[in-house]
Amino acid sequence: MAVSLPPRGTAWRTLRAFMGKEVRHLLRDRQTLAILLLLPLAQLLLFGFAVRTDIRAVRVLVVAPSPDHLSAGLRARFAGNGRFELLPATQRTDSLDVMFRRGAVDVGVVLQPGLASRLSPGEQPQVLVVSDGMDPNTGTTMRTYAQAIVREWQASRTPAASDVRLDVRTRMRFNPTLESVNLFVPGLIALILTMVTALMTAISLSREKERGTFEVLLVSPLRPWQIIVGKVLPYLALAMANVATVLLAAYLVFDVPFRGSLVLLLASSMLFSLVGLALGVLIAALTSSQLAAMLAALGGTMLPNTMLSGLIFPIASMPVPLQLLTNIVPARWFIEVVRGIMLKGAGVALLWPQLLILAVMLLVLLVLAVRRTSVRLA
Amino acid sequence: MWRALRVLLQKEFLQIRRDPVILRMLFIMPMLQLIVLANAATFEVRRSQLWVVDQDRTADSRGLLTHFTSTGRFTVAGFTATAEAGDAALLDGSANAMLVIPADFARDVQRDGAATLQLVLNAENGSQAGVIQSYAMEIVTRYGQELSARRGTVRPSAARAVPEIDVRTRNRFNASLDYRRFMVPGILVQLITLIGTLMTALNIVREKETGTLDQLNVTPIRPSVFIAAKLLPLWIIGLVEFAVGIGIAVLGFDVPLLGNPLILFAGAALFLLAALGVGLWVSTVSDTQQQAMFVTFSLIMVYILMSGLFTPVRAMPAWVRAVAQVNPLMHFIALVRAVMLKGAGWGDVWRQLAPLGVIGVTILALAVSQYRKRTA
Repeated sequence: MAVSLPPRGTAWRTLRAFMGKEVRHLLRDRQTLAILLLLPLAQLLLFGFAVRTDIRAVRVLVVAPSPDHLSAGLRARFAGNGRFELLPATQRTDSLDVMFRRGAVDVGVVLQPGLASRLSPGEQPQVLVVSDGMDPNTGTTMRTYAQAIVREWQASRTPAASDVRLDVRTRMRFNPTLESVNLFVPGLIALILTMVTALMTAISLSREKERGTFEVLLVSPLRPWQIIVGKVLPYLALAMANVATVLLAAYLVFDVPFRGSLVLLLASSMLFSLVGLALGVLIAALTSSQLAAMLAALGGTMLPNTMLSGLIFPIASMPVPLQLLTNIVPARWFIEVVRGIMLKGAGVALLWPQLLILAVMLLVLLVLAVRRTSVRLA
Repeated sequence: MWRALRVLLQKEFLQIRRDPVILRMLFIMPMLQLIVLANAATFEVRRSQLWVVDQDRTADSRGLLTHFTSTGRFTVAGFTATAEAGDAALLDGSANAMLVIPADFARDVQRDGAATLQLVLNAENGSQAGVIQSYAMEIVTRYGQELSARRGTVRPSAARAVPEIDVRTRNRFNASLDYRRFMVPGILVQLITLIGTLMTALNIVREKETGTLDQLNVTPIRPSVFIAAKLLPLWIIGLVEFAVGIGIAVLGFDVPLLGNPLILFAGAALFLLAALGVGLWVSTVSDTQQQAMFVTFSLIMVYILMSGLFTPVRAMPAWVRAVAQVNPLMHFIALVRAVMLKGAGWGDVWRQLAPLGVIGVTILALAVSQYRKRTA
C-alpha cells in the first residue's frame, strides 16, 4: 500500500471530522430535514385524529311495506339511541338497494309486509337486518348494533315470563377507550425509525457512490468502519430525536398511556435503529444507483415494515406463508416490544425473546454490511 | 409544436423502455405488491383464543361454552376456575378474550331468568376487539333464546302466547365477509397513486439533477409541450397499469366487477390528472431525487390515511371529513369499490366523478402554472 495509515491516536479525530461533514450534509438540506422532523408529528396527528375505527352515527333505514304501530315503535327505538342516525322511513324495498349503492345507508331493517297480522299463533313473522358488508368488520359491527335494538324492541313488545336475559359486561383491557392512536403510536415509532435510518442511509451512501465521492472516501485514510460509523451516527441521533418528539406529542396531545420503562423503550429504539442503519448500509452496498437504492429501500424495508409488521394489519389474520415471512421483518419484533412496554407495562422478563431476535438480526446484518463494504475497498 | 411534442414523446417512451430499473418499478413492483398486500392487508378476525373461567360448572355453563366453540369463531385457549391465569394469558397474548361465567349462573337463570356474564377483551386493537365482542354477543343472545325456550317448556304457563319474530341477518355485497374483495380495489388505487406521482416527480427531477433540463430549457421547446410530453406517457402507463391491476383483482382474487368498467376508466383518467399534477408540483419544489421522494412520500402518506383505504371516512371527526373532500384518493377509492363490489352506475357515482374532475383539473392547472413560474 502506497499510502501509510495514520497512527492510532488520530482515528477518533478523522472520525470526528468525517462526522462533521455528514452533519453538515444533513443540516444543509433544509427541506429533507424539515420533512424528517415534521412528518412524524404530522403522521401522529393524523393517526390520532383521522384514523379512527370507532363506529358512531350508524345510518339506519327502516323499510316497512305497511307502516303501523309496530314499525313506528321500532323507529322510535332507533331514534332514541344515540348510536344511530335514523333515515326517513320508506315503504319500498328496492330503495334500500339504491341507497346502498350510493353509500347513503349503513344498515337496513326490512319488516315483512303485514307484520302485525302475522303475530298470531302458528305464523312465522320475520324481520331482516341487512348491513353494507363491503367493509366486513364495520359491516358486522354495525349489524350487531342494529340487531341488539331489534331484539330489545321485540322483548319489550311481547314479554314472556319464561324469558331469560343474559347480560354481558364487557371490559376492554389495555385500551379501555378503544383509542386507535394507542395502537398506532408504537407502529408509528417503528415507521419513522425505518425511514430515518434505513431509507436515509441507503440513499445518502448510494448518492456518494453515484457521484463518485465514495471512491474518494475509500482512498482516503478513513477505514471502512469509520466511514460506516460516521455515516450512521448522525442519523442515529436524528432517529432518537424523532422518538423523543413523537413520544412527547403522543403523551401531551393524545394522553397515550405509558405504563413501562422509558429506559427500556429508548434502549430498544436504539437497537432497532441500528438494525435499520445496518440494513441501509447493506442496501447501498448492493445497489449501484440512487434510484435503485431508493427502490430497494422502499421495497425491502418500508413496505414490509408497514404491511407485514402488524402495524396496521394484525399478523394473526394473515395466511400462514405470510405469517412465517413476518418473522424476518425487524419491525414486527420491535412493535411487539413497544406495544408491550407502552400499553401493557411489560418488562425485559417478558420481552427478552423479541429483543434477542433483534440483536441477532443486527449482528447478521452488520457482518454482511461490513463485509460487502470492505470487499469494494479491495 | 406538434412535431416537437411527437419527438419528445418518442424520447420519453424510448427512455422508459431502455431503463430496466424504471421498467421494473413500473410493472413488476406494483403487481408483486398487489399480490402480497392483497393477502397481508386483512383485518379479518379469525378464530379468537378464548380463555374460559367457569366458576359455575353446571350443564348450563357447559352449554354456553359449547355454543362458543361450535360457531368456529372461538377456540378455547385455557380453562380455569379463577381469573388469574386468564389475566396472564391476556397479557402475554396467548388469549385475546376471557369469558367469566360466575358461580350461581345456572341458579340465577332458573330462578330469576337473568344472569350476568363477564367478557374481558384484549383491546389493544380496538376495532378487532369490537368485532370479537359482537360475535360473543350474538352467541350469548342465541343461547339466551334457547334457555328461554327450554324454560317455556318447563313452565308452559309462562311461555309466550304469540310467536317470536324471527330476526334474519345478511351482509349485502360481501356475504362471505371476504376482506380481499374490500382491500384489493383500494390497494390497486394506492399503487397507481404512488407510481403516478412518484414517477412524474422523479422523472423531471432526474433531468434537473443531470442537467438535461437546462439543455431542454434553452431549446425552442415551450414548457407546455415539455410538460405534455412528460405527463402523457405516464398517464397512459397509469391507465394500462390500472387495467392490468383490475384484471389481476378479478381473475386472481375473485373480486367481482359488477358495474360498468367504463366508469372505472373514466374515474381513473380524471384521478391520474390529479396524481400526475401532484408529481409535477413536487418536481418544482425539489432539487434532488432524494427530496422528491421524501416530499412525495409524505404527501401520499397523508392522503392515504385520509382516504378511507384502511379506516372508514365516516368514522373521522367532522373537520377531517371536510378536509378529506379535496382528497382525490378518497373519491376514487369510493368510486372503484362502489362500481366493482356494488355495481353502482353513472347515476350513483356522479358524487365521486364530479369532484374527481374538479380536483384533477385544478391540481394540474396549479402545478403547470407553478412549473412555468419556476422555469421562467
